[in-house]
Amino acid sequence: MTQSFRLDKTGLINKNKKISFKFNGKSYFGYEGDTLASALIANGVHLVGRSFKYHRPRGFFGAGVDEPYAIVQLYRNGETDPNVRATEQELFEGLEAKSVNCWPSVNFDIGAINNFLNIFLPAGFYYKTFMWPRSFWYKIYEPFIRKAAGFGAASTKHDKEKYEHKYEYCDLLIAGSGPSGLASAYAAAKNGARVILAEDKPRYGGSLLTSDVSIGNQSGKDWADNIIAELKGMENVIVKNRSQIFGYYDHNMLVMSERITDHLPKSDKHTPKQRMWYIRAKQVVISSGSIERPIVFGNNDTPGVVLASAAKEYMKVYGVLVGKKPVIFTNNDSAYETAIEFKKNNINPVVLDSRKNPQSEIIKEALSLGIEVKFSHVVVAAKGYKKVKSCDIAMISDNKENLIDITNIKCDCICVSGFWTPTIHLASQSGSKTKFVEDIDAFIPDKSKQKEITLGSANGVFTLDETLKTSFQKGYELSKEITNQDNKLQSPQVSEKQQSKHDKFWCVPLPNGKNYKRFLDFQNDVAVSDIELALREGYRSIEHVKRYTTLGMATDQGRTSNLNGLQLVSKIENKVVPAVGHTTFRPPYTPVTIGAIVGREIGKHSKPTRKSPMHSWHEKNNAVFVDAGVWLRPRYYKKDNEGLFEASKREAENVRKNVGVCDVTTLGKIDVKGKDSAEFLNRVYTNAWLKLPVGKARYGVMLREDGVVMDDGTTTRISENHYHMTTTTAQAANVLSHLEYYLQIVWPELDVNVVSSTEQWAGAAIAGPKSRDLLQKIFPDTDVSNDALPFMGFLEANLFGVKARIFRISFSGELAYEVNVESDNGNFMWEKIIENGKHFNLQPYGTEALSTLRIEMGHVAGSELDGRTIPYDTGLDGLISKKKDFIGKRSLLKKAFNETDRQRIVGVVPLDKKTSIPEGSHLVNDPKAKMPILKLGHISASCWSVEHNNPFSLAILKDGKNMIGSKLYAMSPLKNKTIPVEIVSSHYVDPKGERVRS
Amino acid sequence: MLYIKCPYCGYRSQNEFAYGGDATIKRPELNKEVTDKEWDNFVYLRKSPRGKHLELWHHVSGCRQWIKVLRDTNTHEIFNTYKSEDKVET
Repeated sequence: MTQSFRLDKTGLINKNKKISFKFNGKSYFGYEGDTLASALIANGVHLVGRSFKYHRPRGFFGAGVDEPYAIVQLYRNGETDPNVRATEQELFEGLEAKSVNCWPSVNFDIGAINNFLNIFLPAGFYYKTFMWPRSFWYKIYEPFIRKAAGFGAASTKHDKEKYEHKYEYCDLLIAGSGPSGLASAYAAAKNGARVILAEDKPRYGGSLLTSDVSIGNQSGKDWADNIIAELKGMENVIVKNRSQIFGYYDHNMLVMSERITDHLPKSDKHTPKQRMWYIRAKQVVISSGSIERPIVFGNNDTPGVVLASAAKEYMKVYGVLVGKKPVIFTNNDSAYETAIEFKKNNINPVVLDSRKNPQSEIIKEALSLGIEVKFSHVVVAAKGYKKVKSCDIAMISDNKENLIDITNIKCDCICVSGFWTPTIHLASQSGSKTKFVEDIDAFIPDKSKQKEITLGSANGVFTLDETLKTSFQKGYELSKEITNQDNKLQSPQVSEKQQSKHDKFWCVPLPNGKNYKRFLDFQNDVAVSDIELALREGYRSIEHVKRYTTLGMATDQGRTSNLNGLQLVSKIENKVVPAVGHTTFRPPYTPVTIGAIVGREIGKHSKPTRKSPMHSWHEKNNAVFVDAGVWLRPRYYKKDNEGLFEASKREAENVRKNVGVCDVTTLGKIDVKGKDSAEFLNRVYTNAWLKLPVGKARYGVMLREDGVVMDDGTTTRISENHYHMTTTTAQAANVLSHLEYYLQIVWPELDVNVVSSTEQWAGAAIAGPKSRDLLQKIFPDTDVSNDALPFMGFLEANLFGVKARIFRISFSGELAYEVNVESDNGNFMWEKIIENGKHFNLQPYGTEALSTLRIEMGHVAGSELDGRTIPYDTGLDGLISKKKDFIGKRSLLKKAFNETDRQRIVGVVPLDKKTSIPEGSHLVNDPKAKMPILKLGHISASCWSVEHNNPFSLAILKDGKNMIGSKLYAMSPLKNKTIPVEIVSSHYVDPKGERVRS
Repeated sequence: MLYIKCPYCGYRSQNEFAYGGDATIKRPELNKEVTDKEWDNFVYLRKSPRGKHLELWHHVSGCRQWIKVLRDTNTHEIFNTYKSEDKVET
């Protein structure tokens, strides 16, 4: 099979290596180095998609990142990617791609009927059409819009590929490897700077790959190749291709996505597909180049209408002809390079130049080569549906308003050039203002906001000589500031053709009686008439016009359309372009995959997993784990066929009857030391701390300054100036920051130090009526009697040769102890407890039984201390000292906090003593009342009371104090349950607290 | 992402820090009578200036020191950073 549009002699691709691929199910081949676009064009395929709104046929328009049309769905190694630009996707063996936005096929697309119904699809049609009736939204409009919107479909499968993040620092980060990027990188690197040079494309060199210039005595391309080779060999330089710097953030942080294996059939096992670089640069050089913009004319979206620069790139880089009978339509000199390139390949183009009598070196050359050039001529409209077949051309009057002598000429492609638009996205993202330059009819960056500079055509400089001189100079100056070295290179001699001025002409008028669609935005089907309509309807701000018409939106972000859109608005509004302004440039410059953003922080790696030293014992003994913040804790230990309910009930019952052991390593622990520790605790906690003796623990509650309970826990005085504080698992980190804030900022005069010791201690809670007997067995040398170790007592003891701390504290409400040993001895301690506990019917219990025990005791935890409750609400008001001041005390005087019917914690029992009440249920008087029903309170925690053998819940209830004995309803609309309940005391078991002291 | 110079550790990325709000707020002294208004001003009311702002940052994933940062809330420019005990004229 021959490729009739492939040139034999030109191109940078490897014609010795054929690559086969499939497009829309049909097999083709291309060569190594092709993009999907160049390979398709070589095969004569131009119809690649359908447009967004009208489903008009779409071909190729550009040759790279500017491509608005050729968006395909890519299939690779069992995965699929939407939104892939065919002009950027490199060919690999076995590549498969499909057109999007068409059904049933790109050749016969039913949606194309929209093209004939287009009077119903004007600008803002979403807003106009889908408003009424309101009831249509969910079932009809929204599904329709979802189906119609967007290109392609995201995969619903788990992405098997790997993605990485990398952090890097450098002196100079250079975005783009065109002439200005290469020159500044080289000058800076030779002057000792650490340089990162990033190129989005696979090939380095930017415009040097396709322009006809020489630098020194080399061609532009050879010069670029040599510089890159030298830079790659330098230790202070990182050179990256296929790497897009897409975002410029504060303090010179830039983000780059590197495509590592997207151009290969599959990633090998250990190679990531993409890598996201977070780069902090001392200086940034923006050498992102410029993009050619089109001239607007009738049916300018027909496949076969391409940018002149793209046509040249297809020939020079890929050895591919976009057509064999080209018309070149331009308002400037640069398109003549395309014409000459065609001619060199024995193709005869016709050049239509809107200028009347331009004079320049390159025009002379074109004429001398025998190229047909028509001055003061324009393309009026392209003809042909799925491919350009001919075009109407005309002479244009000097004022550019009248078309004279419209004639039709045959052609198979129209290469259009409306001059160049600097790519200023990065500079704008950095916060720099922009300025409009009349000479080039485009915006360039104004004064730099961060440490950055824009060079070359991105800065509106279109001559190579000036670009190289400035870039060598700036590379030297910027590096000198950083490295203090003084190695200055001379800018090489350049030979290039001088260019004449471009014509300020961007839109061909409509001939009388014709209403051709003239597209501004090709990706979103925004035509001149849509903008005119939006302005007639009163939209003025360019940001509003953009959103109403979708001009400049979606994946190409208006790279080829924005400026022409602004020209149109400025013409209709009779304002100059800078007064119209432009829309904001936001990152990312090109779409970035979610995979690259997430990196390796996926699944289990999305957060750290903390495990107690006893974790492997729990695993071996059938623990079912639950996430507690970042900790993994045993929820219950499964026996036989038990579920959560049976197992936790068994475990809790055993604590009430015999003895249980629970891993409490996760509790936050903070070591408090210093001579003012007692005073500090006295300010932090609501109760009195000055008189706590050494060897005693105390329960404490701490508030935020707004009076809301922050955390609770016990703190033990280990020695005169040394305390061991415990916090809840969830609040451990916040409490430490809170203490540090008060010690460093509010009361720096206090001599106190705090440090987290959570990970230094392993903890086991031993609870139940037989716990003292068990304790005595594991500490045979220590007197643990009620006298020697009373409730809230503390001892240091010897656990079979290991140093241990025993705290007599209780969360379960039973006689209970907490034993702490150094973490490394945690498993030893645990096994000793299990081994010696057999005699007492000891069973380990998990967090579910732990909750049951504390709920039926009425002990509060995170579900009650939820950041909205004050001490009174949770029954902790007895712990408020009247005598001293503490953090948050003043807030407790607030009127709302002292209302007599203030919410308060209560117990709740279902009247049938059978139906468990879902947590989060609302308590109401009358479940049949009209919605919204007045809510009196909510269920904060529920359990199956093992003591009473019926469901029991805690609730925070308005006027809870006076509601004991009332009958209410617990409503859970989520679970569709309404349960009649009785309000009881929150202390459902052992209300006098005798067991803990027994 | 901001680049913050911790007076103890040097330049570190913002993700090592937690924001701590206005550094000029002074907590009323303990055991001193304060009016409702004074207390509410301390607990709830903060200025949200456009421009220079002296604020606290906590180097949580570093040295765990609370530091003061003089930052422009509009441009994010950081003019200087200080230890918590340093007196700063704003």
